[in-house]
Amino acid sequence: MTPQLHYVLRLADTNLVLAQRLGEWVGHAPALEEDLGIANVSLDLLGQARLLLAHAGRLEGEGRGEDELAYLREESEYFNLTLVEQPNGDFGDTVVRQFLFDAWQFGLYEALAGSQDATLAAIAAKGIKETAYHLRYSSGWLVRLGDGTPESHARVERSLRELWPFTNELFDDDETDRAVAEEGIGVLPSSLLPAWTARVSETLARATLACPAPARFTWYGKQGRHSEHLGYLLSEMQSLHRAHAGAAW
Amino acid sequence: MSAQARVPPSSPPSPELQARLHGILAQVADPEIPVLSVLDLGVVRHLLFNGDGRLEVGIAPTYSGCPANAVIKADVLRALAGAGFDAVAVDVLAPPWSSDWLSAEGRRKLEAFGIAPPAGRGDAPAACPRCRSERTTRISEFGSTPCKALYRCEACLEPFDYFKCI
Repeated sequence: MTPQLHYVLRLADTNLVLAQRLGEWVGHAPALEEDLGIANVSLDLLGQARLLLAHAGRLEGEGRGEDELAYLREESEYFNLTLVEQPNGDFGDTVVRQFLFDAWQFGLYEALAGSQDATLAAIAAKGIKETAYHLRYSSGWLVRLGDGTPESHARVERSLRELWPFTNELFDDDETDRAVAEEGIGVLPSSLLPAWTARVSETLARATLACPAPARFTWYGKQGRHSEHLGYLLSEMQSLHRAHAGAAW
Repeated sequence: MSAQARVPPSSPPSPELQARLHGILAQVADPEIPVLSVLDLGVVRHLLFNGDGRLEVGIAPTYSGCPANAVIKADVLRALAGAGFDAVAVDVLAPPWSSDWLSAEGRRKLEAFGIAPPAGRGDAPAACPRCRSERTTRISEFGSTPCKALYRCEACLEPFDYFKCI
């Protein structure tokens, strides 16, 4: 697998897995407005994932399209960030996960819009408009919950503490990252850290929440080594396609 | 779905044919907001004859994941086939669609339909589409489709959709 293909799959899988997680909220969110909001964020991420998967299929050149890549790869062949496969938890957990992710994706798309890979650049330039909206939504809720009641504050504070350790991976540079950055195709993850930290600290301050201490452990979902949660998500997401091979809408 | 930034072949239809094609496309409605045609929405990017003589229609997706994208494509091809054109649709990702691509006519139609058109900077409706009051409150950042948010007018108290500015 070329570094470029690996990199595009990482982006695609990260969006796809998070879209699937957010989809679990449909019909269960605390209010109708949040049901719509979460579903819309999920849909945007799914749309971006489809564009990225189709691009990956073309780069691979073995005739696999978005469906084969989404439905017929095993857990270890998925390269999403470990953060996005974490269970939804309560609404506060979902808001914190989304906020940490949106702040990262916003900076990523800003940089990726200048990629030498014209398709990646176009997807990023399009996606940034959507991500800006997601970030506004998740930031708004984080501030409301953090600066809310003692109960909501304590709960998102706990969510933040539990999800923070997964953020190391967002800024870790590995071989693939360095190769695509050198070619001007991808963005070096560590280069996104300063702007992300500034954005996150500013919102956390408004939410009256403290930035947790850096975690010592780094996850490597992006290399196919996942937490225990991804397998269950994939088995649900892929069950229909595996039971009815080639099923299409 | 095939989506790629690609260079379209360059054999444009004659001005007369172009006008006729526009006439056909003006009758193809957005599936979610049927008062808008696909031309009002600003998603048709090019009409060209490709190497094998087929009509190629470049269509820009609105929101990346909006289910209407596939329906728009199918409706455009159906309308063109009905008029005897053997057409193919291709996705055009760059430059990305934004609410700036809405035509002036489209903005007027939206407002007449009760949807506040995108208002640009600050991203809040300029006025209630029913009573023109500028006192509005956001109920939900996301509405019934990806392109809309939900607002309420504080003067006439009616809720209304706002076509988001992206």
